[in-house]
Amino acid sequence: MKILVCITNVPDTTAKISFTDNNTKLNKAGVQYIIGPYDDYALARAVELKEQQGGSITVLNVGEAESDPQIRKALAIGADDAVRVNAEPTDSYFTATQIAAIAKEGGYDLILMGRESIDFNSGVVHGLVGEMLGIPSFSPVMKLDIEGATAKFAREIEGGKEFLEAPLPLVLGCQEPIAEWKIPNMRGIMTARTKPLKVVEPVAVGDMATLDQYTLPAPKGACKMIPADQAETLISLLKTEAKVL
Amino acid sequence: MVLIFVELDNGSIKKTSLEAVAYGAAVAKATGTTATALAIGTADAAELAKAGTYGATKVLHANAAELANENAMAYASVLAAAVKNENAEVVILPKSGLCDAMGARAAAKLGASIVSGVTELPDVSNGFKVTRSIYTGKAFATVDVKGTVKILGIKKNAIEAVEGTGSATVEAFTPALNNGDFVAKVTGQEKASGELSLTEADIIVSGGRGMKGPDNWQPLLDLASALGAATGCSKPVSDLDWRPHHEHIGQTGIKVAPNLYIACGISGAIQHLAGVNSSKVIVAINKDPEAPFFKAADYGIVGDVFDILPRLTKAVKDAK
Ligand SMILES: Cc1cc2nc3c(=O)[nH]c(=O)nc-3n(C[C@H](O)[C@H](O)[C@H](O)COP(=O)(O)OP(=O)(O)OC[C@H]3O[C@@H](n4cnc5c(N)ncnc54)[C@H](O)[C@@H]3O)c2cc1C
Ligand SMILES: Cc1cc2nc3c(=O)[nH]c(=O)nc-3n(C[C@H](O)[C@H](O)[C@H](O)COP(=O)(O)OP(=O)(O)OC[C@H]3O[C@@H](n4cnc5c(N)ncnc54)[C@H](O)[C@@H]3O)c2cc1C
Repeated sequence: MKILVCITNVPDTTAKISFTDNNTKLNKAGVQYIIGPYDDYALARAVELKEQQGGSITVLNVGEAESDPQIRKALAIGADDAVRVNAEPTDSYFTATQIAAIAKEGGYDLILMGRESIDFNSGVVHGLVGEMLGIPSFSPVMKLDIEGATAKFAREIEGGKEFLEAPLPLVLGCQEPIAEWKIPNMRGIMTARTKPLKVVEPVAVGDMATLDQYTLPAPKGACKMIPADQAETLISLLKTEAKVL
Repeated sequence: MVLIFVELDNGSIKKTSLEAVAYGAAVAKATGTTATALAIGTADAAELAKAGTYGATKVLHANAAELANENAMAYASVLAAAVKNENAEVVILPKSGLCDAMGARAAAKLGASIVSGVTELPDVSNGFKVTRSIYTGKAFATVDVKGTVKILGIKKNAIEAVEGTGSATVEAFTPALNNGDFVAKVTGQEKASGELSLTEADIIVSGGRGMKGPDNWQPLLDLASALGAATGCSKPVSDLDWRPHHEHIGQTGIKVAPNLYIACGISGAIQHLAGVNSSKVIVAINKDPEAPFFKAADYGIVGDVFDILPRLTKAVKDAK
């Protein structure tokens, strides 16, 4: 089985977000980058599926050279090779077009992504790629098994989950508890250095949504503390002052 | 023309979808055109006509038997057909799992721009600029949407939906369906019945590890029921199976935007806050005065949840 795992290179979940260049660029000073947490679940499940059934895992990122440490980490966790499309991802459609172009060439049985990126949180790249390739896409997937040419999986729906079966090839957006995050071991880190990372140039896509500027939310006012022995007054404050009851 | 997809739940239009209609009608007004709603699945005409009171002048209803169950791929095909039929330039969807998936597939079919997580009405004075939430609520980006067809996924509370007196005609919409959209077989479903959905809820009462165990949830459930609130939890709580996974709120769970979020025994880790920072008013109850949640909250009580929760429930009941 050939699996493609698409990973994002994103600021750590605890990163403080601020901007530079007249609010048109992320201020990267002091920001740690990670593999998107949902993408990390997708990768972990891919590694488990490969351990069960054999096959190969290719990781793919659309991004600039600063993504390479995260790509190497994915190789250390268990991917066999990697492709980086050398471009700043300018919007969901651009990103999906690049992924679809690589996927078309590779002929993968399974394309695993995260449920959403944690920078732009769109949750749309899997649907876009599925349609561009003319194959089904599902998200968010929280359980996945492969039996022959059929995927058996569970998808989270409002208030519960739905169990599905569909023929490969498929695009799936993953979330927990599909697998536990994996930490690379020493051997993985050593072998990752020599695994192939191919850098390719992007295919052309017209402008779909261009950035004007970034803004930060207005700072939060102080928290009004209510003494525990007067807890009941909270209810009247929520009614008369906050007007949410 | 502005086309708005309205999501149905057991034959009723969801509240976030009525917001989407109001949003679409406002965009139509600003661009000098009309708003049409599209509903897929079973609903009666009187319910669908409700879209009229929020500003749509027409409702397309696709009600083929094959479409009775939610299917993002089939729904995307219907949406794309409606866009072509109506010459829609702007498409509005409420933000949800179904809508993200169908919006994405429709965008690829139409070569349309898609922007998800929109928080405000567009600025159409110079181009078509929309502001969206990014970095899980930690910032916003304003983007200029360039596609001939523009698909927007709007977040809850992007607009205040006010019911008016308008009316809409309901028309049957029967595009050809593609077999390819029905290759997946649904083999089962587990769904809590009669539960208020977290993404729709106006009030959420949420519990963390401070609730100390699955058997201690009753006081929290009592408060939620007195308030008519949905219930949520922190990630460790769902990881430990104290509460079902679909209640998990935060960076790696559901992102919510209620009017009121009450956090009980949750420390307020940045990854939890990422899922709740779009709430209008936040209350934190925690026995530790240094808990980070107090920095993100509007109201705080330092105390033991097992003492405070029953008293709040009583106060809510007394005030009724
Ligand atoms: C420097 C920079 C500039 C940007 N400028 C703009 C802009 O001008 N306008 C705009 O609209 N957006 C802009 N973006 C956002 C960028 O386009 C998104 O990060 C990207 O499209 C993916 O985010 P998404 O929310 O669409 O992905 P989602 O749909 O939430 O992602 C779902 C899944 O798709 C896969 N995936 C997503 N992105 C990638 C990727 N790059 N490589 C591999 N797999 C991926 C992952 O598995 C992910 O979990 C910019 C981002 C950066 C870093
Ligand atoms: C990549 C990543 C993603 C993550 N995603 C999420 C996410 O989506 N959602 C999420 O919630 N977390 C997420 N986390 C985990 C997060 O960092 C925290 O560990 C988690 O939110 C803590 O949950 P908690 O507040 O319930 O538990 P704790 O941190 O253990 O806090 C319990 C709190 O209860 C209080 N308490 C104890 N007893 C009482 C009492 N009797 N009365 C009142 N208060 C009491 C304590 O003072 C404490 O503040 C993520 C972490 C990572 C690294």
